[in-house]
Amino acid sequence: MTGTIAWLREPNPASRAQARLGQAYLSWLRLRRNPLAVIGLLISVTLIVIAIFAPLLAPHDPIAQDLTRRLLPPGTSGNWLGTDDFGRDILTRLLYGSRITLYIVLLVILTAPVVGLIIGTVAGYFGGWVDVILMRITDIFLAFPKLILALALVAVLGPGMENAVLAIALTAWPPYARVSRAETLTVRNSDYIAAVKLQGAGAVRVIWGHVMPMCLPSVIIRVTLDMAGVILTAAGLGFLGLGVQPPLPEWGLMISAGRKFLFEQWWVATMPGLAIFIVSLGFNLLGDGLRDVLDPRSASK
Amino acid sequence: MANSSTSSRVGLFARQTGNTLVTLLVTFIGLLAVTFVISRVVPIDPVTSILGERATAAQIEAARTQLGLDEPMWKQFAIYIGNTLQGDLGTSIRTREPVAEAIAHVFPATLELATLATILGVIIGVPAGVMAATKPGSILDQAVRLVGLMGYSMPIFWLGLMGLLLFYGHLGWVGGPGRLDVAFQMEMDFELTQYTGMILLDTALNNRWDMFANAFSHIILPAGLLAYISMAYISRMTRSFMMNELGQEYITTARVKGMPERRVIWVHALKNVMVPLITVIALSYAYLLEGAVLTETIFAWPGLGSYITDALLVADMPAVLGGTVVVGMAYIGLNMFSDLLYRLFDPRARV
Repeated sequence: MTGTIAWLREPNPASRAQARLGQAYLSWLRLRRNPLAVIGLLISVTLIVIAIFAPLLAPHDPIAQDLTRRLLPPGTSGNWLGTDDFGRDILTRLLYGSRITLYIVLLVILTAPVVGLIIGTVAGYFGGWVDVILMRITDIFLAFPKLILALALVAVLGPGMENAVLAIALTAWPPYARVSRAETLTVRNSDYIAAVKLQGAGAVRVIWGHVMPMCLPSVIIRVTLDMAGVILTAAGLGFLGLGVQPPLPEWGLMISAGRKFLFEQWWVATMPGLAIFIVSLGFNLLGDGLRDVLDPRSASK
Repeated sequence: MANSSTSSRVGLFARQTGNTLVTLLVTFIGLLAVTFVISRVVPIDPVTSILGERATAAQIEAARTQLGLDEPMWKQFAIYIGNTLQGDLGTSIRTREPVAEAIAHVFPATLELATLATILGVIIGVPAGVMAATKPGSILDQAVRLVGLMGYSMPIFWLGLMGLLLFYGHLGWVGGPGRLDVAFQMEMDFELTQYTGMILLDTALNNRWDMFANAFSHIILPAGLLAYISMAYISRMTRSFMMNELGQEYITTARVKGMPERRVIWVHALKNVMVPLITVIALSYAYLLEGAVLTETIFAWPGLGSYITDALLVADMPAVLGGTVVVGMAYIGLNMFSDLLYRLFDPRARV
């Protein structure tokens, strides 16, 4: 153990991997000092663990109905968080719902930042009219209210999980394009870029191998901070009946189902909302902490 | 000499305003291009939805010509831009009424909600942000940060339901969904003059303070919840602007000269963050117009958000896209407005 730490802290790293891991270790030490960020990290890790092991953790079936046990209050033995109007165990549905939430988040963060990164680096690297046109398009999408554009898109494409993901991704890429363009502008005239160009590297190679890696830290911070927003938008679409369809245990959908019994059986709408809140808060806390650690500008304060 | 510098400044401002207007126009056309594309890829045929399934081929042909659907795409887009500029947003499939008229009817309700929420958000958010910035790392700072992050993390529709459950269902402190109690609603619709479409102003202008109180008990919960969301954003931004400002040398100078700390913070520093702060407030206002969509559904608030979601559920695309264009325009307008304010009042931006 001490050997590993000494290897990580080695001031003269022998390999690139050692240098990178050493940097990551130092970042971790800084992150660890921020209790809120650690809580955020714990929540995020717990979500992932729950999503992976949902079938093992869940006491019941998330879809099967049992009308003899409908609308039982929390604390009932066997149904800790109560049951919904079809007699399904709410805890079970929440555990399975984490898979849907995580799936949507993953799909969005694997598409939107990539699109934004490509558009931003190309615009920043080439400049001129390419820059003007790409950034104008970005501005137009930024001018759209996100949720309403997503609503209109889903209304056209038809409700469903894939279309919800597509709609969210289409509204989420512009900030990434902005961030990557700004980072690209700061490095495009550096000596190392000029050196690579003199060696005969083409534009694609320069952007892919030497510009994009410089943009990654800012993009990653932005991704962590965006994840909560993605969860909230997805839940909002589900709540309006435009996202994931019943009987799947999507959290927003569960809130909308519980709305009918809000004043009599409060737990049906309350529990899934709490789940959304805790998970979003976790991502926000983590993103906030990561920004302080990874972003040298705010770390100096 | 002085004359020439004034005229060059006026010229610069005119040039910048010209640029802003060009940007405004391009963004506006882009906005319409997106809604146009969305409206053309709809799988629902507008002709069938107007005429029904049993129309004859001749009727369908006539309707297509009338709607301009047999024109080339670019011409259809040009007509669409022209119509929108003249305030024609199409006809709702559901109600057969012009979309623009319907939106003009519901928009004041949303505006009232968002305005009240922004006012509340500023009143709480700005002082909270300033106080957090003066003592970074303190308990107060952490509390402001956590309360703000919680605001970012809650689904607004769930917060609305919880608010209703607690303050309406459980405690009975506020009015429930809707803008008025049912008893007052009839009177409002038939007997009172509707000057503005905003319920608080209208009841006050009609000198009906009993109705005003009732309307207030209905608006305060949705407005309060939206205010929380906007406060989360405003306090966070205020804090970071103030932190930046308090590190400047003129602040140190003022302190060294023995100026009271309260004056340094609330007069000198705050005055300098005013301009970026106004930008933030304008943005959060635009954001609230959007946040109102889900809130209005929960509170049965007859505004633009309810209009859009009702239209969505029956696939009334002209109404949905009309609403999208209006909110988008409000967004662009507020952005440009804050941009202009920035340049007018912040001498640093003129360089």
